[in-house]
Formats: sequence, C-alpha cells, structure tokens
Amino acid sequence: MTKQLKQNKTQKQSNWNILFAGTGGQGVLTASEVAGYAAVFDGYHVKKSEVHGMAQRGGSVESHLRFGDGVFSPLITKGAVDFLVSFHKDERDRMKDFLKKGGTDLIDALEKAKSSVSDPKFVNTYLLGVLSSYLPITEQSWMKALEKAFGQKRLEENKAVFSQGRARKQQ
Amino acid sequence: MAKLNQTKQIAFLSGNEAIAQGAWEAGLKVAAAYPGTPSTEILETLAAHYKDIDAQWSVNEKVAYEVALGAAIGGVRSLFACKHVGLNVAMDPLMTSSYTGIKGGFVVVVADDPGLHSSQNEQDSRWVAIFSKLPMLEPSSPSEAYEYTKLAYEISETFDTPVMLRSTSRVSHTKEDLETGSRIEPAPVGELTPDIAKYVMVPKNAYAKHILIEERLRKLAAMAEKSKLNRIEMGDKKLGFITSGVSYNYLKESFPNASFLKLGMIYPFCDKKIAQFAKSVKQLVVVEELDPFIATHIKSLGIKITTKHPSFDIGELRPEYMADLVAGKKKKEVPATTRKPVLCRGCPHRFVFNTLRKLKFFVTGDIGCYTLAATPPMATLHTCVCMGAGITLHEGIRRAQPGKKIAGVIGDSTFVAAGITGLINAVYNKVKGIIVILDNSTTAMTGGQHHPATGKTIKEDPTKKLILEDLVKACGVDNVDVVVPYKLDELENLLKKRMDEDALSVIITRSPCRLIEKKYEPAPIYEREKCKACGVCLRIDCPAIHKQPDGTIEIDEFCAGCKLCVAVCPFGALKPHDKAIETK
Ligand SMILES: Cc1ncc(C[n+]2csc(CCOP(=O)(O)OP(=O)(O)O)c2C)c(N)n1
Ligand code: SF4
Ligand code: SF4
Repeated sequence: MTKQLKQNKTQKQSNWNILFAGTGGQGVLTASEVAGYAAVFDGYHVKKSEVHGMAQRGGSVESHLRFGDGVFSPLITKGAVDFLVSFHKDERDRMKDFLKKGGTDLIDALEKAKSSVSDPKFVNTYLLGVLSSYLPITEQSWMKALEKAFGQKRLEENKAVFSQGRARKQQ
Repeated sequence: MAKLNQTKQIAFLSGNEAIAQGAWEAGLKVAAAYPGTPSTEILETLAAHYKDIDAQWSVNEKVAYEVALGAAIGGVRSLFACKHVGLNVAMDPLMTSSYTGIKGGFVVVVADDPGLHSSQNEQDSRWVAIFSKLPMLEPSSPSEAYEYTKLAYEISETFDTPVMLRSTSRVSHTKEDLETGSRIEPAPVGELTPDIAKYVMVPKNAYAKHILIEERLRKLAAMAEKSKLNRIEMGDKKLGFITSGVSYNYLKESFPNASFLKLGMIYPFCDKKIAQFAKSVKQLVVVEELDPFIATHIKSLGIKITTKHPSFDIGELRPEYMADLVAGKKKKEVPATTRKPVLCRGCPHRFVFNTLRKLKFFVTGDIGCYTLAATPPMATLHTCVCMGAGITLHEGIRRAQPGKKIAGVIGDSTFVAAGITGLINAVYNKVKGIIVILDNSTTAMTGGQHHPATGKTIKEDPTKKLILEDLVKACGVDNVDVVVPYKLDELENLLKKRMDEDALSVIITRSPCRLIEKKYEPAPIYEREKCKACGVCLRIDCPAIHKQPDGTIEIDEFCAGCKLCVAVCPFGALKPHDKAIETK
C-alpha cells in the first residue's frame, strides 16, 4: 500500500519540498540534515536552507529541504510544501499556509512521537522515520545518513526509533 | 562531520563550507576572521578540517584583515572573512589594500544579512566594491561559492588586487551537493624583498598607485565582458532578467522560460554584455536583493529597465514575491509572528539585567546574547549600535545627562574586540560611572568561539590567556571588582555602592555561558497554594516558566535550577529544591 502510493507520487513529482519547523533546541536542524544527506546519498540534487543564530535561544527555527530535478531556490515557495514536519503546535500553525493543496501535515505524528520515545531527544528521529515512509529515498541511504549525523553516539537507539517511526503507517 | 577535503567526491556543503573547500583547493595558506553570523563557519571549517591551513580568530575584523593582507604581501594565498558590519571595521586597511595590491592571492569574503536574521543593520556591502575599486564576485549557491572562490584567487593574482566575494545568509547557510576536487599545492613563497613603491602608501606612491587602480578597473571590466561569470541564458525574448545572487534562483523557478543575464561578477560591470542583452529582449527587469545596486548602474548607461518597487529594497526576497515584484507591485507586508528568542534557562546575564532593572539604571548596551535583554518584559538594555558602543555611548550620554544613573554593559568577546579603546578614552577624559563586563568566557552569540580571554585558539590549542581584570586595571579605572552574577545581593550592593561614588568602576560579572558549562541543578519547588498570580516571576523572562490561564505558573522539565525565580517571588511560592546546592 505504502509502496504503491510512493510510486505514484514519484511518477508525478520531480521536486520534493519538505519544511521542518520548531523552536531552538528541538533538533529541527539535525532532522533536516539527516534527510538532506539521505537524499544526497540517493543521488538527488539537494538544497537545504535555514537561518542560524537564534536557534539555541528558543527562537523559531525553520529548515527548508528540497530535492529532485530543477531545484534552484533554496526556499520553498509559500503554498508549495509537500510535507510539513513540525516539532511544536504553534510553529505548525505559523507555517501551515506554506503547505500546498493536498500537502501532508505530519502534526499528528508529533503526539505519537512524544508518547513513543523514551527520551525527548529522539522525537526528531521518530518524525524522520515517519517522513521517510513517504519519500522515494532508500532505507539504506537513510541509515547511512543517520550514521553520518550521529556517528556512533546512540546510533543503535536512533536507528531503532527511526524504524519505529517508519513503520507507523502500517500500524 | 566528515572530512571534506578528499579527492573528487560528492560533498553536501553549506555556502560557507564550500568557500572553505574552494579556498583550500586553491592552495590557501593563511586565513583570519572575527566571528559574525552568517560568515562564522568559513573559519570554523578551515580550522577544523584542513590541518595545512594557518587559521585564526583574530581580535577583531581590522586585525584579521591586516593579518591576511600581510600574508598575501608575504607571498601566500590568504583569506579574510566577515559579516557585513565586520567589513565596516576592516574598512581602513581595505581601502588602502586596493592601492598596495598583493603578491599571493587575497580573497575578502563578506556575508550580508538581508532580512536581518542576526544583525543590527541591513547594509548592502556591494557598494564597497565601487567605493574601494575592488572587483566583487557574487555566487548564487554553494556550488558557485565553491567555484567562484577558486576563480577569485586567479583574478587576484592576475590583476594584483584583493578580490571580494559577496555572500548572503541564503547562500552561506544553504547546503547543496557538489563535486569537490583536490588541492593545488602552492608555489614556493620566494624571497621577502622590499618593494617600497608598492607597499608604502605615502602620498607620492599612492598617487602613482591610483593611476594603476583606474587602469586595473578598465582591464577587469574587459575581463568581465568575456568571463563565464556573467552568463547569458536566452529563452523567451519577451522577458529578460538581469540578476545576481540568490534572486537568480527564485526567478528561475518563477519564470523558467524567460531570458537571463546572470551576473557572477558584479563589479566592475560588463557594460557591453548588458547592452547587448538589453537589445535582445523586449522587457528588461532587474531583480536584486536590498539596494538598487545593479539597477542604478544600468540606468546610468541609459538603458530602459523595469525595477522593483522600493518596498522590496527592505528585507530579504522570497520566491513567492517574484510575481508581484516583476509586475512592479508593492510588497505585501507579511506580519512577523515568529517566536522571540530569549536568554537561555539559567543564563548568567539574566541575573545581571534583573538587578540593573531593579536599580532602574539607564543601560547603554552592546552586541551579544545580552542584547536580548532589550526585549520586554526585561527591557533593561537601552542602546545597541555597534560593537564597543556600550562603553562609548555610556560616556556620551553621561556628558549629555550628568548625574543620571547610567551603566554601560559589554560582553567579554566584544570588550576585547572593540571595548578597550573606549575604556581608555573614558579614563583619559575623566568620565565616571560603571562599566559591567559580562564575562561568560565565550563569544556566545555567534555560537561559542574562543577569544583572547578564554586562553584557547580557534584550534582549541592553549595560548596565553588575557586576564581582563589586569587589563582593565592597566587602563587606569578607579575600581575593578569581579563578582559571580548568581550572588544577587552581592551584585546589587556593589552596583549601588559604585554608582554613588565619584569614580570610574569596572565590574566583571563572571560565570560561564550555559552552553559551555551544562551544570543543571534540580528545579525549584512550586507551591501553587502560596502563589498569588502576581506575575513577578514572569518578568524575568525565563523560557522554563510558563504562564497558566489562571495566572499561576508551570515550570518545565528543562529548568536549569538557577533559582532566580525563587529570589524574585515575593510570596515564597517558589522554594529551592532540597537537593539544590547553594551557588558558590
Ligand atoms: C563588527 C561586528 N563583528 C561581529 C559581529 C557579530 N557578533 C555579534 S555579538 C558578537 C560577540 C558576542 O560575544 P560577547 O560580547 O562575549 O557576548 P555573549 O554573546 O557571549 O553574551 C559578535 C562577534 C558584529 N555584530 N559586529
Ligand atoms: S548562549 Fe550562553 S550567554 Fe547566550 S543566552 Fe544562552 S546561556 Fe546566555
Ligand atoms: S524556572 Fe527558575 S530556576 Fe528554573 S531556570 Fe528558570 S529562573 Fe532558573
């Protein structure tokens, strides 16, 4: 079922636009970094843009990730977001106008993520797992990207949480 | 992070990392900078990943520029990087380095911040190219930043000039996949032989040099005509764009079929190519971020163009603006509803500002994390202009308002970078008052970089540590005190005492930034029944305290246990946790 959906999407779509939104310290930038690497490992042309500076002091943090053919702009046009991955309800409300018609809002996964993980630090990894189930990127590249981002630090736990999130749709 | 510097591989680099990689491949030897968002990662990357590069955090941008220029005069390829306002600090050597020229290639990277994501102004540094008569390249993406950096070294050595590379936040902080190469080993440096006519800018030599500079500009302009940096992409001839930087990318997606003249070298201009392109399209639109830099020049050539409405000169451009912008419409203001940043939980600065607020001092401020104390409800920082002005505006305002309770505040990194001369001026010109040096042992605002008073270099090597209290004493101030900001009573009594004295006093409040020392203590105990919902604890603006609909509070799990809320609560509703250790 998931597979079928993915293939249909891939055929129609040449660009993938993912917006990560949250506040400083929630792992927003790490999440988009992992997804960016996963896309690079799969051979896509990738652009990822974010604003540094206030991230550590609790301000709003957003990261735009785009991959596919014909990606020029580092920012996603308002109304063109395919997937909105939010780490905070308020930030999701702030960014929801960026979603395109029929785009996927992963806000429901946030509650699930919070209740599924043992340590709040893993919320971002869980959400990545959920996101991964919608994207045409191989599991192998995701795993490589996790290794890249986390090194050996809690890698096995991260991989397990990721897989839990990735399997969510089938549950 | 992985090693970036291997032969031919696909890397995923930010604009700043791409500049570092490009410079390294070009045989860079010496790199100097002072941190500043959005440029900081250029030097951080060079220092962390390229062992063969002599990289440093300098004391400030003027110093960094001169060190890098010296290295270039010494015969090696060198690099200076700064944020836009940092360029202002380096302007003095920059202007005359245009006259001296270089021996080894010299690239000057400046990263502007349209949209003020993390800056005190929104200046467009492209004007500096005209002012200084230096060539300027402007990449539109990390992969171009990488290529242009390498090219910049060639231009620098061919034309005997520093070359400016202008980035913006959206180039510096975008990551892109790109193919990297290997390093060209630089040629041997050669002898150090004096060349007084070239490097000693006394009037006679400088006059001769000015003639050469004008000549150099003509040659560079001729190069610009032929260079692949300025690229024509013919599409539909009804609509043509002249653009540069990140704007090019926004247009490419909004108007994929249009024709483009994309300027990669934005100074000097390629007038012939511009005229030729103008002739070949029906409507010509110039699209650029911030000031009408390209547009002003093209208009001066007598070419008819459509330009953006002036409302688009303010703030950064975004892809969704393109249709309106090209139609000549006014920008639709988008309300900023982003969550405001605040000082971290347990930040030592919060204790100082809470005390200054209680004492009702007028506080001249400076730039750093502590500038956040200007935001309500703290609202206890009353000026912020540029680095170092916390000390000098204190003096100026005192001269205008004698006898008022005025204190100046400045961070440790900022003090070393730009505050020392102002302090000496205050002593020399007999100013009284209080300067508080907020010493958190780091340059926190830009991500935690070392500086002379931390005792470590950019490569984390131990070095001679600058002792701030000794330095301040040597400047000749009357009183120097070092206090721990968490000891609130001591801090308050000291501030009161010093304010009443006819003396110039420096108070160093010393406690590490919470991001360096993550020592958390248990959260205070909140007795809701004692809480009168007075809101006093909310005024300290701690992100761990959340107001409830009934006016009472909730303390979240990320509380640092600093106990400032305990100290301010007038009803004893907040108590230190049993296990909490008294702050030493
Ligand atoms: C001329 C100039 N260079 C660099 C910067 C970037 N910048 C902003 S604040 C700051 C220093 C912050 O360090 P510090 O004064 O120690 O205060 P902290 O953030 O640690 O509280 C720097 C380098 C700037 N604003 N202006
Ligand atoms: S980073 Fe450090 S100095 Fe800045 S607000 Fe946080 S604790 Fe304070
Ligand atoms: S809730 Fe109180 S103790 Fe905890 S970090 Fe904030 S001010 Fe400090």
